[in-house]
Amino acid sequence: MRKRDYYLTGVTLIILAIFLYIADMYFDAYIVRILNLCAIYTILGLSMNLINGFTGLFSLGHAGFMAIGAYTTAILTLSVDAKAQNFFMEPIIAPLANVEWPFFPALLLAGILSALVGFLIGAPALRLKGDYLAIATLGFAEIIRVIFTNTQNITNGALGLKRIPPYTNLWWSYGIAVFTIAIMVLLINSSYGRAFKAIREDEIAAESMGINLFKHKVMSFTIGAFFAGIGGGLLGNLLGTIDPAMFKFTLTFNILLIIVLGGMGSITGTVISAFLVTISLEALRFLDQPINLGFFVIPGVAGMRMVVFSVLLMIVVLFYRHGLMGNKEFNWDKFLQVIKFKKPLLKGGKN
Amino acid sequence: MTPIMFLQHLANGISLGSLYALIAIGYTMVYGILRLINFAHGDIFMMATYFAFFGVFFGLPWYIAFPITIILTVLLGMGVELTAYRSLRDAPKISIMISAIGASFLLENLAIVIFGGRPKAFPTEEIFTKVVHVGDIAVQRLTFIIPVVTAILLIMLSYLINKTKTGMAMRAVSKDHETARLMGINIDRTISTTFAIGSALAAIGGIMWGLKFPQIQPLMGVMPGLKCFIAAVIGGIGSITGAVIGGFFLGVSEIMLVAFFQSMTGYRDAFAFIILIIVLLFKPTGIMGEKISEKV
Repeated sequence: MRKRDYYLTGVTLIILAIFLYIADMYFDAYIVRILNLCAIYTILGLSMNLINGFTGLFSLGHAGFMAIGAYTTAILTLSVDAKAQNFFMEPIIAPLANVEWPFFPALLLAGILSALVGFLIGAPALRLKGDYLAIATLGFAEIIRVIFTNTQNITNGALGLKRIPPYTNLWWSYGIAVFTIAIMVLLINSSYGRAFKAIREDEIAAESMGINLFKHKVMSFTIGAFFAGIGGGLLGNLLGTIDPAMFKFTLTFNILLIIVLGGMGSITGTVISAFLVTISLEALRFLDQPINLGFFVIPGVAGMRMVVFSVLLMIVVLFYRHGLMGNKEFNWDKFLQVIKFKKPLLKGGKN
Repeated sequence: MTPIMFLQHLANGISLGSLYALIAIGYTMVYGILRLINFAHGDIFMMATYFAFFGVFFGLPWYIAFPITIILTVLLGMGVELTAYRSLRDAPKISIMISAIGASFLLENLAIVIFGGRPKAFPTEEIFTKVVHVGDIAVQRLTFIIPVVTAILLIMLSYLINKTKTGMAMRAVSKDHETARLMGINIDRTISTTFAIGSALAAIGGIMWGLKFPQIQPLMGVMPGLKCFIAAVIGGIGSITGAVIGGFFLGVSEIMLVAFFQSMTGYRDAFAFIILIIVLLFKPTGIMGEKISEKV
């Protein structure tokens, strides 16, 4: 990276900070919530893209890691009397009943726990390949959800948790999103990142070049799980209520849609499409409501929105397999060229 | 646990297992020929119960409504293959799987939009649901009909695959697409036939499922779909005998788990996945599967 790029990145971050400040002060709650969701989906998308896009492991267990993150943060940050209120069926077990942590350590522990589970799941499951891995990770996510539904005295079972303190604000979500992007960029451009990509392209070739397949796969999976846990924690404390039914396969599907649309293997693509998908998920809510065409009223059909999104995913996969960005990344040179409408220099420096 | 109760549970387990086996065959045949988990199979099964529901709902007698259901489901299965899988035949595997997941979600959401999200009561036909007494066991007639129908279908299927030209073509395509094409086999048509057979079995399974558990809703295909895929993996994916064994094993052991360990009822849905993971870790090729070595 050149000096100019550092300045430009710095300026962009300052502009983002000013924008967040204004948004925090003047935007209404609904828009702030959508902006928060955009950042959280960016984190989740990046964590899944690391596993699926960069390392080429088709994992469908993301909802499970998010559930671990969301529940850890929620249980740790719930106030003592809110816990007493939540757990009216069966009291919460002793050490958890009286803890009330600040947001950051709770979030960190959520990430670490999720990473630990990711490691424990990954170590055996990553011996599998392709669709077997997909179905095994899907199975693990489902097992986590069933366990959470049944452990009444830790997670409050199917009743879910309510009155989770709304700690997630724009600063937290965008701060962590920027941090995640930075970590991903550094990771992907490191020797580890090159090893991940080599595994994605051809496992056998990568192994014969001396890359330790197992170590790198588990590493990618664990890091992905860590950020998925943090994303889940942010989501839980944004929404205020969580229950196990939230963390079904549909949630994994939404994130899969984001990374496929953005391009498997592109950080920039994931960020763009996280915003696109989250905003259009909200903007297309009108599809579920009756539409008045003046002379004719189309009755609202709940679920129409998801039909549109399923069709969108299929169109992307069938006709634009590389998504928005393929595996290209944003860089300042290209960006400046685009805004200056300058043609790139030809070979030999002629214009 | 009295012996009578045990027999009763066993009868239930066998009839559930037969249903699992019928659906698992669809997965295993498609996997055998395309190396693809047809995620949409569970939803094709769901659509079949809805077709049957509306057939009877509009006043058709069951012996007309059910064959129509099978035909519609077959068309649906072939349609899914044509739109979602055919153009991706040479694409990377990950794309095909995403397309399969997309097709599955599309069917689920279409069902929600068209049929409504609220559960509907499947019409009970007296002829199937009458309770009969065998000795001291009281079971629905259906509990016996299901395994018998399954057995007949299995015999027909095994004849089709082992004795007819279509079956030979299917076996050839599952070994090697290119060589099969050189031998003059129409690959597209063979794959289409495979989807048609799988969907027909799913339709029959769906109708019997509706009669046995008479509450249908748009997401009902997800869990049976996943479990039947697991059954196929347990038996060794790609092998039809394996799928049947896996289906029966899963059905019977699930019923027995709930019967013997009442407190584990909440974990019923996780049970199949735990078995799956154990099988994948210790014998990834399943009971009947062959070891496939990787070619460089």
